[in-house]
Amino acid sequence: MAKWGDLLEDEEELPPSTTTGPDAKGVVTKVEYYRNEKGEVMKKTTKTRVVKIEKKVYKVAQERRAGWKKFGEAATERAADSVTSQTPDEVQLERIQRQKQTQEEKAKGASDFASAMAGSDKSAIVGSLRDMLYKKRMERQLLAAKGLIAAPERPPDEDGPGGSLPTAGSGKPGGWVPPSLRNRIGGAGGEGEMMQKRRDENSVRVSNLSEDVTEDDLADLFGPFGPIQRIFVAKDRETGESRGFAFINFIHREDALRAISKLDGFGYDNLILSVSMAAPRPERQ
Amino acid sequence: MRPYVLQGHTRPLNQVLFNAEGDLLVTCGKDSNINLWWTDNGVRAGSFDGHNGVVWTCDITYDSKMLLSAAGDSSARLWSMESGEELFRYRFNEPARACKFSVGERQAAISTDPFMNSVSAIRVFNIAEDPRDMQQTGPDEVIMLTGPRGRITRLHWVDNNRHLLSSSEDGMVRRWDVETGKVLQEAQLHEKQISDMQMSVDGTHFITASPDRTSKLVDTQSFEVLKEYKSAAPINSAAISPIFDHVLIGGGQDAASVTTTAAKAGYFEARFFHKVFCEEFANARGHFSPINSVAFSPDGTSFVTGAEEGNVRLHHFDADYFTTNWDRV
Repeated sequence: MAKWGDLLEDEEELPPSTTTGPDAKGVVTKVEYYRNEKGEVMKKTTKTRVVKIEKKVYKVAQERRAGWKKFGEAATERAADSVTSQTPDEVQLERIQRQKQTQEEKAKGASDFASAMAGSDKSAIVGSLRDMLYKKRMERQLLAAKGLIAAPERPPDEDGPGGSLPTAGSGKPGGWVPPSLRNRIGGAGGEGEMMQKRRDENSVRVSNLSEDVTEDDLADLFGPFGPIQRIFVAKDRETGESRGFAFINFIHREDALRAISKLDGFGYDNLILSVSMAAPRPERQ
Repeated sequence: MRPYVLQGHTRPLNQVLFNAEGDLLVTCGKDSNINLWWTDNGVRAGSFDGHNGVVWTCDITYDSKMLLSAAGDSSARLWSMESGEELFRYRFNEPARACKFSVGERQAAISTDPFMNSVSAIRVFNIAEDPRDMQQTGPDEVIMLTGPRGRITRLHWVDNNRHLLSSSEDGMVRRWDVETGKVLQEAQLHEKQISDMQMSVDGTHFITASPDRTSKLVDTQSFEVLKEYKSAAPINSAAISPIFDHVLIGGGQDAASVTTTAAKAGYFEARFFHKVFCEEFANARGHFSPINSVAFSPDGTSFVTGAEEGNVRLHHFDADYFTTNWDRV
């Protein structure tokens, strides 16, 4: 049995190199054939992504540029004594690192949040997305404080009642449950099987995301609803761009449901989010 | 970013200004020069020669055909932007400081300083179709607005040319009725003078800059202070980005004390603040003296700073400026 490379070697000519694309994703695929030192025919495939950057120029500006003559001091200026120079070094926009909030400030912020609420209402904040999220979160905290929605689960205080270990069945709803006992609804099945099941059951699918949404953004958005196990933003394998949807796996099913009820139809980055339970993955045969 | 350094002025800059398309830049300074530059490569397109004193402010018509300049030689002049020819000269007995074309450019408002026996004033003129005609007919003054003391540093036409906003040396912003000449509304925004006042693109709010180390974002209708930006050094100029929630602030230690302190402590950087959170998130170094004037290009892709040392720096943002999430800590 001869290798296909050997077969090609017998012929004098190499196959012509081909270039295909750019395809819908802007990927150009170039296939070349060449001989290495040993005389073997090698195939080389190069994939390049082509990005077109458009720069718009006003027509009047272009006409001005072409038609206007220099006047005044500029007319007599020679190239040698030009008053314009470009800096030899790169000048960076230097990012300012913000000071981390101290514990005191954080505590103050938490206790004083009703007034912060009033403050954020007063100032006409328009357009800033993160502000909207902040406001939303503040509203939720207010509701939680009033007892209208259940507060997120918290570990018990150190000086809290000890003694009997809480279990999923015995604890009152919303009480803290050790991770090992969480989600024990049916109680059947081994631990490994349950892990798999849990992930599928509590997975939320978010679609209609803008392309530059990152995992961190989603953590900010969904974090307030409860502990999150995993966030996955679907990305195109070749271009690395977001494909506009993501999965968020909550640890608790009720958190997932609450997130769906609150965030389905929520405006994020000028787009209306669509949030729903993810359809369970079809069983692999 | 590799900014262009424009060294067309020998003395401190007073104002830097883009035209409507952003392809032209006008700079004026204390050396009585006005320079015109192409913004794509920073090449000087021309200089408007004629003023005999410090040129305080300029304004460009929307079609970039005409330039208005107000100067300390007690004159304000209309120039042809294409040829640099002086079309008309307004002569006053007092130094002229602020100038602004009305929307539609049928009128111009020019402020004059208090001098000898005269008080500070805003004069409103009709502009002839061909300004050269006014050389025979003389200036067509519509109204003179007087009253409050103190120099008027910046002017803006608002409310469909019915009103004028003025910022003045006593830290006040006033709204004038152009028809009756009365002050309709006023607010004490700063403790010290307001050295710069720039409008947002839509005219709903404006930003002021003051050596009292603050810059304020103010609602045009109510004069309510929406946001306040604090600096460690006096602020001379502030601009609002037309595309992002960003504010550019220029200033620095007082020119008189520059030589006695290290350049590092001078705060001579062009500083970017978040418009809503009022936090400084980035800065760009380059000048070695206080920045007197800053401007964003109308498309928000470049900015320019003019400083006390006489240099103008024209920056075109790198691509990462547009992709970076500056809101994140």
